[in-house]
Amino acid sequence: MSEKVLMKGNEAFCEAAIRGGCRFYVGYPITPQSEIPEYMSHEMPKRGGTFVQSESELGSINISYGIACAGGNVFVSSASPGIALMQEGMSFACSAEVPIVILNVSRSGPGIGGIQPAQADYFQVTRGGGNGDYKIPVFAPSTMQEAIDIIYNSFEIADQLRNPVIILADGMMGQMMEPVVLPEEKQPYKTEAEITKYKPWALTGTKNKDHRNRIVSYWAKPEELEHHIIHLFEKYAKAEKELVRYETIGAEDPEIVFVAFGTMARIVAEVIEILNNEGIKAGMIRPISLWPFPKAPFEALSPEKTKVVISTELSMGQLLADVENSVQGRIPTRLINRVGGIVPTTNEILERAKKILGELK
Amino acid sequence: MSQTKMFFSGSGGQGVLLMGKMIAYAAMADGKEVTFLPSYGAEMRGGTANCTVIVSDKPISSPLIHTADVLVVMNLPSLTKFESMVDPDKYLFINSSMIDKKATRDDIKAVYVDAYGIAEKIGENRGANMVMLGAVAQTTNVVTIDGIIRAMEHELTGKKAKFLAGNIKALTSWQP
Amino acid sequence: MKPLYEPTEGLLPVDTSYCAGCGHGVAHKIIMSCIEEKGRLGDTIGVSPIGCSVVAHQFMNVEMCESAHGRAPAVATGIKRVHPNHLVFSYQGDGDLASIGVTEVVHAAVRGEKITTFFINNAIYGMTGGQMSPTTLIGQRSTTSIDGRKPEINGIPIRMSELLATIDGAAYIERVALNTPANIRKAKKAVMNALEVQEKGLGFSLVEFISTCPTNWGLTPVDSLKWAAENMIPYYPLGVFKDTRGDEK
Repeated sequence: MSEKVLMKGNEAFCEAAIRGGCRFYVGYPITPQSEIPEYMSHEMPKRGGTFVQSESELGSINISYGIACAGGNVFVSSASPGIALMQEGMSFACSAEVPIVILNVSRSGPGIGGIQPAQADYFQVTRGGGNGDYKIPVFAPSTMQEAIDIIYNSFEIADQLRNPVIILADGMMGQMMEPVVLPEEKQPYKTEAEITKYKPWALTGTKNKDHRNRIVSYWAKPEELEHHIIHLFEKYAKAEKELVRYETIGAEDPEIVFVAFGTMARIVAEVIEILNNEGIKAGMIRPISLWPFPKAPFEALSPEKTKVVISTELSMGQLLADVENSVQGRIPTRLINRVGGIVPTTNEILERAKKILGELK
Repeated sequence: MSQTKMFFSGSGGQGVLLMGKMIAYAAMADGKEVTFLPSYGAEMRGGTANCTVIVSDKPISSPLIHTADVLVVMNLPSLTKFESMVDPDKYLFINSSMIDKKATRDDIKAVYVDAYGIAEKIGENRGANMVMLGAVAQTTNVVTIDGIIRAMEHELTGKKAKFLAGNIKALTSWQP
Repeated sequence: MKPLYEPTEGLLPVDTSYCAGCGHGVAHKIIMSCIEEKGRLGDTIGVSPIGCSVVAHQFMNVEMCESAHGRAPAVATGIKRVHPNHLVFSYQGDGDLASIGVTEVVHAAVRGEKITTFFINNAIYGMTGGQMSPTTLIGQRSTTSIDGRKPEINGIPIRMSELLATIDGAAYIERVALNTPANIRKAKKAVMNALEVQEKGLGFSLVEFISTCPTNWGLTPVDSLKWAAENMIPYYPLGVFKDTRGDEK
């Protein structure tokens, strides 16, 4: 195992991508992820890769789409408003079945909002702002090490699914430093022959093939388009089974269950420790994949034992919507949140949770 | 369990983030868990700069703190704004070269460090932050001076190597 | 006897979906026969736009992908970065390139991307049914300018070739027309030049074709050619606006 290194989140994300076999990065400056294009601009050329600073996030996602169509492993990053601009390209890439790994170092909104951490992009990434029926796997790491491992593996997931994959981090993760162990560097496939072998659908020219590839998104006949959408959703149904990830921590048969992801999950972990020390049985369901959303740990909760399920989030109940969907009315649900870039303190969550418990008794 | 929550604050250009980073590197080299969280964004531009460092024997859940075991203030606005963060009986380090006020609380351990004065005296005018860091390390024992020197040797390479000797000199110049 | 007309292997032997008198068929033929003559059909990748020619890949016998509206130069940029030795082109209309895609084409030129853009200018949105485009002429009727385009309301038509020629990363910019056999021959020469510029790695290249849209202009194919000559060419003068071949050392 390699030794631990102390890295800034944004730079660690880049290393994870490069070591995961990515040799193409496209980006545009936006806080709080500007260290990513900075790092990639000097690191990619050293590692035999390509860095493109685009003219806008529309440029970013569409250059990425071109790279992916041509068979390159591509990584693109931005922050919330930039991700909003990329939605057109995400819908397009899903429709054309082209793999792109997208990192959202999210900030607060709506509009310009602010640059402090928020999770109000939950709907934007899990529901998508693009047109049409499509799904994108979304992973939300809560530690730097987990972020590295997820980014590292995302290229393979995207390639296998032939679909974009989103990693949802936040400004706090992007800016903080934490010791991490970097994974072994995978060798990217770069030559035309390798691309043709591993991505037989990619555009490499017809000269060394017996067929002509075309990557399309337009379907003139509704019957053909319906057939294509059904095909996409067969893929998504499989992904829903294979890609779901979560962690449960805390007491057995908890009286109070928190649901939190990313940065919030780290704070809730502290809350749970304090509650359990005080004799209140508390636990947490931490979705790591936001789509597919983990339903099984909610189904495993017993209404006799669990009094309340609390969505703890940095948005106005966006995560709560999926929590309610999974609890299906079997157990009361509540919301503890702060927005606008404010991260609640351990004590604030603790007090609000105790108040909720008191009201339910 | 031992966990130390540290907060460094000053104005941009005072080397506040570097103090925090050096603690983080030294703690990691000692096999400890550590998180380093800087303030970021528009407030960096000529305004205040601050960072949070947590050093712990076990994995750290939240990198955010609301009270501190060690508060280091390099300018007056930082003292005014953050003095209340210090937990009772814990440390407040005040850069007395630039702050002529005393701590208003008597339930904490205030340490006054003439960081700029000492740096000037030893001929390392840009080393005030390292003077302060030396005082913090020696007083709190969160990390050792040797640990910080090893971290500096690791970090200050290439173009920055020329700053190593001066920084070490500044780091070891404060006497209790 | 020398044949007067031969099909090119660059086009598939299928009927196109374009209207009678539309310039796309001629433009397709010119571009693909140039690529064939260069022996590059096997390592050329094209990007089709949103517009009538979204389906160009059904006719052009090279590997291609579709792109979102206006983004073809960005997509072509990505492809070229993966396959720097391939010929990469985008094929775009005036709504796609001169309106929604101005940013993408300008910045592909600014970066000096070694791609070739074929810009088919027929001064109207064809696929959506004849709305005013940025290159619709003053006084020209469209479904969104039924009394004719008025500068005080709709602005003045944009000349993209002239604009792009001011960018240092653009190495070859020429405007040609498809209205007469002589102009078609010149157009073919322009395409050959633009592809040569790409092969030499000199920078971004673009050929603008003054084309026709009889359906949305409400004219017969023959009258369309006349209308293009009398109205479009005077406003969009033909010629080479940039050619850096020979400048290289």
